[in-house]
Amino acid sequence: MDFVSILSIFVLACFVGYYVVWSVTPALHTPLMSVTNAISSVIVVGALIAAAAAGSASAKWLGLLAVALASVNIFGGFAVTARMLAMYKKRERQGDKTHA
Amino acid sequence: MHDVAATPAWVLLAYLIAGVCFILALRGLSSPTSSRRGNYIGMVGMAIAVVTTLVTHIPEVITAQTAHFITPDWVAIGEILAAIVIGGSVGLVIARRIQMTAMPQLVAAFHSLVGMAAVLVGAAAYLNPEAFGIAVRITPIAAPSVVSILPVSRVEMGLGVAIGAITFSGSVIAFLKLNGNMSGKPILLPMRHVINLGTLAAILGLIAYFTQDQSPWVFWTIAALSFAIGFLLIIPIGGADMPVVISMLNSYSGWAAAAMGFTLHNSAMIITGALVGSSGAILSYIMCRAMNRSFISVIAGGFGGDSVAGGEAAAIDRPYKRGSAEDAAFLMAQADQVVIVPGYGMAVSQAQHALREMADLLKDKGVRVKYAIHPVAGRMPGHMNVLLAEANVPYDEVFELEDINSEFAQTDVAFVIGANDVTNPAAKTDKSSPIYGMPVLDVEKARTVLFVKRSMGGVGYAGVDNELFYRDNTMMLLADAKKMVEEIVKALG
Repeated sequence: MDFVSILSIFVLACFVGYYVVWSVTPALHTPLMSVTNAISSVIVVGALIAAAAAGSASAKWLGLLAVALASVNIFGGFAVTARMLAMYKKRERQGDKTHA
Repeated sequence: MHDVAATPAWVLLAYLIAGVCFILALRGLSSPTSSRRGNYIGMVGMAIAVVTTLVTHIPEVITAQTAHFITPDWVAIGEILAAIVIGGSVGLVIARRIQMTAMPQLVAAFHSLVGMAAVLVGAAAYLNPEAFGIAVRITPIAAPSVVSILPVSRVEMGLGVAIGAITFSGSVIAFLKLNGNMSGKPILLPMRHVINLGTLAAILGLIAYFTQDQSPWVFWTIAALSFAIGFLLIIPIGGADMPVVISMLNSYSGWAAAAMGFTLHNSAMIITGALVGSSGAILSYIMCRAMNRSFISVIAGGFGGDSVAGGEAAAIDRPYKRGSAEDAAFLMAQADQVVIVPGYGMAVSQAQHALREMADLLKDKGVRVKYAIHPVAGRMPGHMNVLLAEANVPYDEVFELEDINSEFAQTDVAFVIGANDVTNPAAKTDKSSPIYGMPVLDVEKARTVLFVKRSMGGVGYAGVDNELFYRDNTMMLLADAKKMVEEIVKALG
């Protein structure tokens, strides 16, 4: 891919991001932050390339460390988001209070 | 060597699909019901990206004999899997154990990891550019020392490392402030604006120079200065401006991922970076608007702190009405409608569960109970909503400022717990007030205001006294938020 195609993807994605994020309900802004956290760890792709490449031992170890850090974020970010989202419930029937 | 230009089409498509999955993950958050599915789609996207990268970059043993065959390097594969398992387990354990009140700290900590990962990937790309397909050999048979990095890649790499480093050190400071390891008070260095702008200019200058000279000192100085500026940018920002800071760092972590995506020509990273970058930027904007502050003034820092001494002395002398838990229980039990206004103080004293119990008892007595949330209540966007959801408060009883503000006039009791500045009527009337113009909840329009507060001393983050305390229709309930609510529950039961 040349620079201009990449830039096109980026610019269009910024617009998509703008409209998608405005449609997020304010009640879910905290899960929004934790899930964006998880997905921005897609940087793990770069870390994996570095960790898998031969040629430079130091680059490989930096890559492995980055893989570990990004994995904390990926697993932690999605799991904590799932945990939060599971808590959002609609009004229950009166008298059905098992959590009191 | 992996040449980016020769990447097979299916790989490009796989990354594109991963990017689309991430868009859908955020799209799902438009309502709580679709959000859970969205989160799973996000996980699928991540799995696609990781697996695609793994199968296209299997570590190989390259020796003279095996040059024509692919011999997987099992040790290297094992190391990568071990890194994923170790990191993943740590992440899962943290995600399971973390208290919901500690979410702001956790998010800050996670941001710092994204930032650090970006720096490490940038450094790895710098040390081994051929692996990333961003190198040109000046002479075909040359030694690795004359491998030159494409100038455009140097800019992308420099930006990625700089933004990543700022995200890292800024998030570490935000974490320490939110976690209470560091005072929320702004730390103001003399000449800080000059120092900050100078450092930023130096970083940009070095990135430009990096295109001409790829020596290690340039690269590492960019990284070092960026770590320093992240630290310098966040220390002057007070604890109460943290919702903006944390959103801003969220945005930075996205731009860092996008910059690395440019370096790697990876569409999944670019799409994600753009999404996360816009998300954080929009959240910062929403938070600034909710405080009636400009983004620049928040970044410049110095606003608020733990408390400001001046406001307290004035507060003590004025007469106010003090009530007991029994009074509060009596008033609320008689009401048709009670609106609960939670703030950071509720999070601090973990009062959300007791509060929901109180609401249940009131509902049993036929009282309508609603919750009113100000956008900057708490320490991060949506903080109060999560805590209430944790306490099993149904989300259709929770309302945003603009949806509920008109209802206070028909409300019998406004129950303010742990919020302060977001209810201050001075924001509407007093032009000299530092919070003038900030949108506030019109709680004073309710027939009675019950205000739970630890003591009369101590002011909100803006360091201003709240007019509301001294009104005729206000009753102060002076106690720890959780204890007070528990006593009200007892009195109601």
